[in-house]
Amino acid sequence: MAHRLGIDVGGTHTDAVILDEENRLIAKTKARTTADVSSGIEEALTHILAMPHVDAAKVRYAMLGTTHCTNAIAERKSLAPVSAIRLGAPATLSIPPLYSWPQDLQKKVLRHSFILDGGHEFDGREITTIKAEQIDQLVRDLTGNVEAIAITSVFSPVNAEHEERLRERLVSEFGSEIPLTVSHEIGSIGLLERENATVLNSALIRTALLAFNGFRDAMRRQQLDAQLFLSQNDGTLMSVEYAQRYPILTIASGPSNSLRGGAFLSGLKNAIVVDVGGTTTDVGVLVAGFPRESALAVDIGGVRTSFRMPDLISIGLGGGSIVRQSEEGMTIGPDSLGYRLTSEAIVFGGSTLTTTDIAVSAGRAQIGDSNLLPAEVHTISHDADALIQQMVERCIDGMKLSADPVPVVLVGGGSVLVSDQLAGASEVYRPEHFDVANAIGVAIAPISAQIDRVFSYERFSREAALEEAKGQAIEKAWQAGALKDSIEIVELEELAMAYMPGQATRIKVKAAGVLLTS
Amino acid sequence: MEAHPCCNALFTHTQFQDGALRHTITVQDVEDIAFGGAVLGTGGGGDPYVGKLMAQRAIELHGSPQMISVEDVPDDEYIMCAAGIGAPTVLIEKILRGDEAETVFRALEAQLGRKAYAVMAAEAGGVNGTIPIAVAATLKLPLVDADLIGRAFPEIQLAIPTLHGIAATPMVVADEKGNHAVLSTISNHWTELIARSMTAAMGGQILSALYTMTGRQAKYATVPRTQSLCLRIGQTLREARHGKGNTLHALLAVTGGTHLFRGKILDLDRKTEKGHVRGVVTIQGLDEFRGETVAIDFQNENLIARSGERVLAAVPDLITILDQDTSYPITTEGLKYGLRVNVIGIPCYEQWRTPEGLALGGPQHFGYDTPYQPLAVKGAQ
Repeated sequence: MAHRLGIDVGGTHTDAVILDEENRLIAKTKARTTADVSSGIEEALTHILAMPHVDAAKVRYAMLGTTHCTNAIAERKSLAPVSAIRLGAPATLSIPPLYSWPQDLQKKVLRHSFILDGGHEFDGREITTIKAEQIDQLVRDLTGNVEAIAITSVFSPVNAEHEERLRERLVSEFGSEIPLTVSHEIGSIGLLERENATVLNSALIRTALLAFNGFRDAMRRQQLDAQLFLSQNDGTLMSVEYAQRYPILTIASGPSNSLRGGAFLSGLKNAIVVDVGGTTTDVGVLVAGFPRESALAVDIGGVRTSFRMPDLISIGLGGGSIVRQSEEGMTIGPDSLGYRLTSEAIVFGGSTLTTTDIAVSAGRAQIGDSNLLPAEVHTISHDADALIQQMVERCIDGMKLSADPVPVVLVGGGSVLVSDQLAGASEVYRPEHFDVANAIGVAIAPISAQIDRVFSYERFSREAALEEAKGQAIEKAWQAGALKDSIEIVELEELAMAYMPGQATRIKVKAAGVLLTS
Repeated sequence: MEAHPCCNALFTHTQFQDGALRHTITVQDVEDIAFGGAVLGTGGGGDPYVGKLMAQRAIELHGSPQMISVEDVPDDEYIMCAAGIGAPTVLIEKILRGDEAETVFRALEAQLGRKAYAVMAAEAGGVNGTIPIAVAATLKLPLVDADLIGRAFPEIQLAIPTLHGIAATPMVVADEKGNHAVLSTISNHWTELIARSMTAAMGGQILSALYTMTGRQAKYATVPRTQSLCLRIGQTLREARHGKGNTLHALLAVTGGTHLFRGKILDLDRKTEKGHVRGVVTIQGLDEFRGETVAIDFQNENLIARSGERVLAAVPDLITILDQDTSYPITTEGLKYGLRVNVIGIPCYEQWRTPEGLALGGPQHFGYDTPYQPLAVKGAQ
C-alpha cells in the first residue's frame, strides 16, 4: 500500500507528516528549521521514520515544500552566472536584460547579455528572421565561458519557434547538461517579467539539483524508496524531474500549503482558512479547493516576475504576540516573542504579557501554569480576548466574497487564541492535526499545469480556441504526473486584446488532477 | 465645496516644489511620474512600467532632460508631442527599439521645415506619461510640463487641441523595424481611424510624433502642470508609504480627489466591442460602505461609476481604482475577482467641462445616455 510523506519548511519549524493510502494521518513531527534548510529537513525525516506505526517500506511518495530556492535568491548565494539571450532585435533594444534588477543580484547572476535578431509579432508573424551569422558569433562568445543559459524570444508564448531553434543549437554546442531555460516554458506574456523568471530559473538549476539530490540521499540513508514531488507556488505539485528543470516554481509555496491543508482537514472546497502562527495570522480563501490568487505581480528578491501568490491578508497576530495596555488603549502585536514564548510569557514563568496568556486567562487554552497569571491580567483579558476576535473577524470580512456567512477553518499552532463564535462565519472548523496543516497540504496537493496563449477568434472559432487551449493544459498536467481521468480544468480566463484586429484573445487555462498512484 | 468649471485647483500650480520654474528629471523622478501616470490613467493607458524603464535607461544613456513650464516656451517656437499608440498587451511584450523617437521627430521636422523646441506628452495618463521623458532625453530636448488630455483617453482626437481646431497632423509614426509613415488628414477623427489600422500592420505598437503647436497655442490648448502633478503624486505616495502614513488620504490630498467607495470586487464582465475592451466591474462595499454596491463601466479606461441609479462620477472626470492595502492603481486588465479596492474620483481639466469638451469626451461619446455630473472640485495640496 502506498503511503505519502509530506514535509513543509516554514520560517520556524520544518513539519513532517505521513499519510496512509486513505489520507489518514499516521505520524507527525516538528523540527527546527535550519539555516541550510537541508539538515532541518533531514532531522524531520529521520525523526518521523523512527516513530511507531511508521513503515518506511510503505512510503512510496515524498512531497517536499522547501525554501532552498527562495533562500538562494534572498541571500544571493549559490546562484550560477547566466548568459541571458534575448531574440527580438531590433525591437526591445531600449531595455536590456536584467535592467531593473537590484545591483547586487545582477552582479551575481549576469555573465552575458545579448539581444539578437528574431522574435515574433502578436499574431505570430516573425519580427525578423534569426540570423545564422549572429548565432555563430554567439556560440564563439559563449565557448569556454558559459555556465547557464536563459533564452527569451519576443511573443514566444504565441510562437516558440525561435526559442526552440536556438535551444537546439546551443544544446548541440554545449551539451544537454548545461542549465538552459527557454522562456515560453516559464511564463506568460510580459517580456521582462518572463525573462527575469527565466534567468532566475537558470541560475537556480544547479542549486536545486544539489538540494533535491541531497534529499534523495537522505531518503536513501533512511532506506526510503519513494517517488519525489516538489510543491510549487500555486499550491500544486510537480515531479522532481520537472522541478529540476523549473526550480523557480518552488518559490513561495508555503502559504498555498496551509490553505490546501485546511481545506483537506475540514473537507471543505469553499471556505476561508485562518492560519495562526507564532507571529502572524494569514487569512486566505479557497475557491473550488484552490487558493484564490492575488492580482498583483510578485517580486522575488527585488525582481519583478509574473508569478502569482495566493491572495492573503496577513496581520501581526500570533500565539506569541505581545499585549500592551496604554492610555490610548490596548494594542496586540505586531511584535511577538516568537520561539521565546515558552520562556518569557507569564504562564511559562516569564514577565511579558502575550496573547497566549490572554487565551489561558479567558479559558480558551490550557497552556503553562494559569496560577502564574496576576489579577490584572484577568481584569483585562475579556477586553483583550474580544480584540483578538475582532482582528480575526476583520480579516475574514475583507476576504469574503459576499455578505453571506462562510465556513471558516482554523489551522496553525496559534489558532487556540480564536473563538468558535466568529462574526461572519457560518461555522468554525477546528480540525484534528491543525498544527501540521501545511505539511498535510503538501502531501495531498494535486498535480497541475497551465497554458497562456493568444488566439485569433477570426482564424479559430471561440469554441475551437477554447477546446485547443484546454486540450493543451490537460496534456501538460498529464505530462507532469496527474492521473488522466482525474484532470479537470480549474481555471479559465479570456482577455480580449485592445485595438487588435482579428479578435485577438488571450486564453489562460489551468488543469489539475490527483496524483497518479498506481 | 462647490463645483465651478473655472477654478480647478489641480491644474493651477505655477512652480515646482523647490520654487524653480525648471526641474531636472532624475531617475527617481521617473519612478514617481510613472506612479502618478498610473493614477491619471484611470485604469487604461497601459501599465507605465515599461515606459518607466525606457525613460530611466534613456536618462542613463543621454542624461536628464529639463522639465519646463509651458510659459517658458516662446510663442513662435514649435512643440511636438510624443505618444505610443497600440495595445498595452503588445507593449509589455514587444518593447520599443529606443531610437524610434529620432525617426519620427526628424521626419516631422523635415515635413514642417522647423525644429522642435521641446517635447510634450500627448497623454499624461498611463504609459504615455513616461515615454515622452525617454524621447526628450534621447533628443536632448526639454519636456513641457503639460499634456493634451490630463488623463488617459483611447482615441487620438480626444484631446484639448481638437477643441481649438488644432490638427494632430502632420503626424509621423514609426515601428521598431525601421518603417515610418507621414500622415496628413482632413480631421483628427480621420487621424485616429488611419493611425489605428497602421498600428496593426506595423505590429501592434508604434511611436508617433503629432499635434505640433506653437508656444502661443500651447498656452491655451494644453492641460498645464500634468507632469509635475504626476511627480507630486508619486512623491507623496512614496513618502506616505515610507512613513507608514495613510496612502489614500495622501493621494486624495495631492489630487484634490474624492473617496468614492471602498469594497471588494464581486463580479467582472469583460468583453471586446468595436476593438476596445469593454466591461463592468461590480464592487461590494466594505466598512463604511457596507450594504452598498457600485458598478463601474470601462472601455479601456474607467468611464462611469454608479451606485444603483446614482452616478458617483462620470467621464471626463477621472475614476481610478486602487489596491486597498498599497494604493497602487489597478488597470482594467489587472482587475480581478476578490480584490479589495478603493475607488477615487478626480475632477478633470476645466476645458473638458465646457459644452464642446463634453460633446467631444463626455459620456455620450462612449455611448452612455447618462448626463455628466461634475465631481466636486477641491483645493489640491
